[in-house]
Amino acid sequence: MASASGPMVLAEHVHKSFGRHEVLKGVDLVVERGSVACVLGPSGSGKSTFLRCINHLEKINAGRLSVDGVLVGYRERRGKLYELNDRQVATMRQGIGMVFQRFNLFAHLTALENVALAPVKVKGVSRSDAAGRARALLARVGLGGFEDRYPAMLSGGQQQRVAIARALAMDPKLMLFDEPTSALDPELVGEVLDVMRDLADDGMTMIVVTHEVGFAREVGDVVFFFDDGIVQETGDPRTVLTSPQNPRFAAFLSKVLS
Amino acid sequence: MTGEGDISSDARATRASPAVIKAVPVRHPGRWVAGAVLVLLAAMVIHTLLTHIPGPSPGTTQWRFSWDVVGADLFSPSIIPAAELTIWLTVVAMIVGIVGGLIVGTMRLSANPLLKGAAFFYAWFFRGTPVLVQIIFWYNIATIYPRLRFGIPFGHAYWRVSPDSIFTGFVAAAVLGLGLNEAAYMSEIVRAGILSVDAGQLEAAQSLGMRRSLTLRRIVLPQAMRVIIPPTGNEVISMLKTTSLAGLVGMIELYGWSQAEANRTFQTIPPLITISIWYLFMTTVLSIGQYFIERHYRRGVAGQSPGTFAEIWAMSIGRWGHAEVPNASQPNPGPMPEEHF
Repeated sequence: MASASGPMVLAEHVHKSFGRHEVLKGVDLVVERGSVACVLGPSGSGKSTFLRCINHLEKINAGRLSVDGVLVGYRERRGKLYELNDRQVATMRQGIGMVFQRFNLFAHLTALENVALAPVKVKGVSRSDAAGRARALLARVGLGGFEDRYPAMLSGGQQQRVAIARALAMDPKLMLFDEPTSALDPELVGEVLDVMRDLADDGMTMIVVTHEVGFAREVGDVVFFFDDGIVQETGDPRTVLTSPQNPRFAAFLSKVLS
Repeated sequence: MTGEGDISSDARATRASPAVIKAVPVRHPGRWVAGAVLVLLAAMVIHTLLTHIPGPSPGTTQWRFSWDVVGADLFSPSIIPAAELTIWLTVVAMIVGIVGGLIVGTMRLSANPLLKGAAFFYAWFFRGTPVLVQIIFWYNIATIYPRLRFGIPFGHAYWRVSPDSIFTGFVAAAVLGLGLNEAAYMSEIVRAGILSVDAGQLEAAQSLGMRRSLTLRRIVLPQAMRVIIPPTGNEVISMLKTTSLAGLVGMIELYGWSQAEANRTFQTIPPLITISIWYLFMTTVLSIGQYFIERHYRRGVAGQSPGTFAEIWAMSIGRWGHAEVPNASQPNPGPMPEEHF
């Protein structure tokens, strides 16, 4: 059962390997409710893989990972783990929104249909209610009037904002952002970060894998520095980003900020 | 107006309209030669189409291509049901082929190795044997399975039936032969279509809590259609012509009609010309339909010009392969279709 108290995400010694290549080598971290966690780290450090483990797009090999007090991908009974089936995994994912680096909007659907599809087909919301809600969400991300555009007719920044609205339409308790601005032209980064800042101000629990150190400093409540498959440093962004303790983090920051 | 303003507007005008280039164009004498040869050949062909040859009895002449007989046969009462049967066979065999192809093609991508293996075996077997042989095999199926039993495998049978009584033997033979063979080809087309959909689309659907079957129906297949439809149109056109094999197991579709007519009149060629005109007419209608269906499934895809109708038509007349419509998978710098704006 979901617990009203306790952390939103709890990872204990999470390991993940692809074949013989170990990507996560024991990740421990806690994300509190209503907080914004920013995950920084060089490419290949395992930060995206960890994010994908949280909604079971990747299966972890060892350790424990729970969201809202519930194990991800498994059910525990009398000390034994049972894998969740397709339906149970789908139900679990409804509470976790995800935004991808490459947007992944459904190319054959309009912006409105992209946002309204899952509420109708997964939650059984009526078409008219879902369409109304989708309009409101598109307006919230600054895309009122773009309802009938297909993804190919939108800029990258607009596509990413539709993707955020699409994830929000399922009323998630947790939002995962996988490098949401990395595929954007520099002048489009701001509009997406503005929407995310807005979401954070509303109290959404967010985990943001990003290279935007400025965003982490300004919006983040906590920063995790990933390197070599583990969390190397954790802390308040205002202190840890200015005076990192871990030498690798210091080196990383100096490269990113230069 | 100040002098300065005049100068700048002069400069702008010069920049806006530089002198148009007048150059002697490259000559292409080869094109003229090739064109002349083609025109000559075409004139010769048309001439033979419109000439007479000596008739069977002395002193008489007749059209080389028996246009009078063809004209009389083209809408004769006996050919209309034959044309209808050709259409019926095409539709039913394609339904079997498309439904079977969706099932087998999806099975090919299953995580279950048994399903995958069975689908592979199916495609291997049906693509590896001639469809004519398959049709004749189904026609004679009763010699191998005189009785079909429906019940518990290796146990009690609740219903026994002779294969011949399910359909008339030749109908079943034609539909099964054409349809099951088509399913093998369609499965490859479906598989290619599904594989063409970006994996990110599946992950996005999964992250919204959509189950696998819903993702397949609402996200993957509609996008796979863009890749599946053009070759499927070619398959329909090809099937329309392949139904002529059903004439060999006794069906009076267009080819069967031509053979009956040839036996009746002792003239082989005129009925063949007559049915060729029918086949050409029907494939042309199908090509036009294919154009509009393809346009529908291109919704939401930018940078892919539809290709003109003539291009698609020309491409889809061909038999297997080589028949992919240009631009169906390659980005094209051409303008976006008008309805996108």
